[in-house]
Amino acid sequence: MTRIVLLGGGVGGTMVSNQLARQLKEEILRGEVEVTVINESDVHVYQPLFLYMAFDQAVPADAHRAEKSVLNRHVKLVIGNADRVDRENNMVRMSDGQTIPYDYLVIATGSRPDMGSVPGLIEGGHTFYTEDSALKLRAALQSFQGGRLVVTVGVPHKCPVAPLEFTLMVDDWLTAQGLGKTSQVVYTYPIGRLHILEPIADWANEIFPARGIETHTFFNAETVDPEKKTLTSMEGETLSYDLLVAIPPHAGQDVIKRSGLGDAGQWIPTDRHSLQMEGADNIYVLGDATNVPISKAGSTAHFQADVVSSNLANRIRGGQGSHRYNGKVFCFIETGRDQATYVKFDYEHPPMPQAPSEMIHLYKLAFNKMYWLSAAGVL
Amino acid sequence: MSDIRMVDARGSFCPGPLMELIKSIRQEPVGTVFEVWSSDRGSAKDIPEWVRKAGHEVVDSLESDGVYKIQVRKLR
Repeated sequence: MTRIVLLGGGVGGTMVSNQLARQLKEEILRGEVEVTVINESDVHVYQPLFLYMAFDQAVPADAHRAEKSVLNRHVKLVIGNADRVDRENNMVRMSDGQTIPYDYLVIATGSRPDMGSVPGLIEGGHTFYTEDSALKLRAALQSFQGGRLVVTVGVPHKCPVAPLEFTLMVDDWLTAQGLGKTSQVVYTYPIGRLHILEPIADWANEIFPARGIETHTFFNAETVDPEKKTLTSMEGETLSYDLLVAIPPHAGQDVIKRSGLGDAGQWIPTDRHSLQMEGADNIYVLGDATNVPISKAGSTAHFQADVVSSNLANRIRGGQGSHRYNGKVFCFIETGRDQATYVKFDYEHPPMPQAPSEMIHLYKLAFNKMYWLSAAGVL
Repeated sequence: MSDIRMVDARGSFCPGPLMELIKSIRQEPVGTVFEVWSSDRGSAKDIPEWVRKAGHEVVDSLESDGVYKIQVRKLR
């Protein structure tokens, strides 16, 4: 029997396993193939709603489904903490001593916002990139009395449009709370323009000044002084704040470190086309966990899942598994209360500007519901 | 070349070559030399600009067959 093990039941791991269960249904039913997902929680979380939770526009229950209910019934689910990947013996060793052998391993462990990577940030700042932190920020916003609200963006980070969306949403929110005149929204970005995607940066260049949002580019937060309420950048600039919201530098997961599979940031060296771990024929990596120089976003994991599942199914049926990932990414961008736009690009084609429209905004709202079909491998 | 950290950011529109360099610089020790490969002409301008602002050093910069190769030493 061929055993396929997926380490991580987020967007990437769930999609690959469901696609495999559909493509290899006959082999699974004959007992020739087994697909197993390892996930530390029995809950599947739709992370894009964290942004809305910070503004009390969504609650955790809106983002939760039982992982079992999202997986195809032919996929086996193991709930627990993986201690490490044992490549010598082709098995995943769990913290409770259990071992899960594999013939093919798919690593989809994602990334984590690392507030500890900027000294003082844990004590002095907030974020909305996890559920707990989004709820803490919700409380901080509710008690905010006005002042300087600084949004600072670190490198690397997932969901590259969320910092812009948060900045515009918090500006709207402050106005709606009657705090617009006593507050100043400040936005910092690591490189020399307001967003890495040039069409988005051009758009932000118009809308941020029009809304009175103060901007600082080439700003990578290096330290935070929680007592003085200041943050200082690697580039030597110091800003004061009353409420600090960070999109902190991210890191790979600890299980990657314990397994010795990652670089210094715990990102796994991965072939950008085959999505195989470098030097490993039977290990695939997708989503945030790779070191591929591409957006860490759900859509990236989605398009990569198509490649990984096709190649695995193909190889199990005697093929060469030669389908290649072309770097495709697609992102919605909310540009206001009732309009949105999108960008798409790949390794060969840069993003082109698209006019915002209400239709795209409505589609984005619809996708927040349709995500579950996407995770199920249907959409 | 073995003591140079390669940052192959060809074809990267997001996060892009400069952010890939910043990521690498954050996670490696002072003294490390990085070589960024970029297919974006803008990198020849924005990488040196950031390197100066952040107090590091451009060691070498060249273009070959549409690929910009910029070496940077981490100084602080």
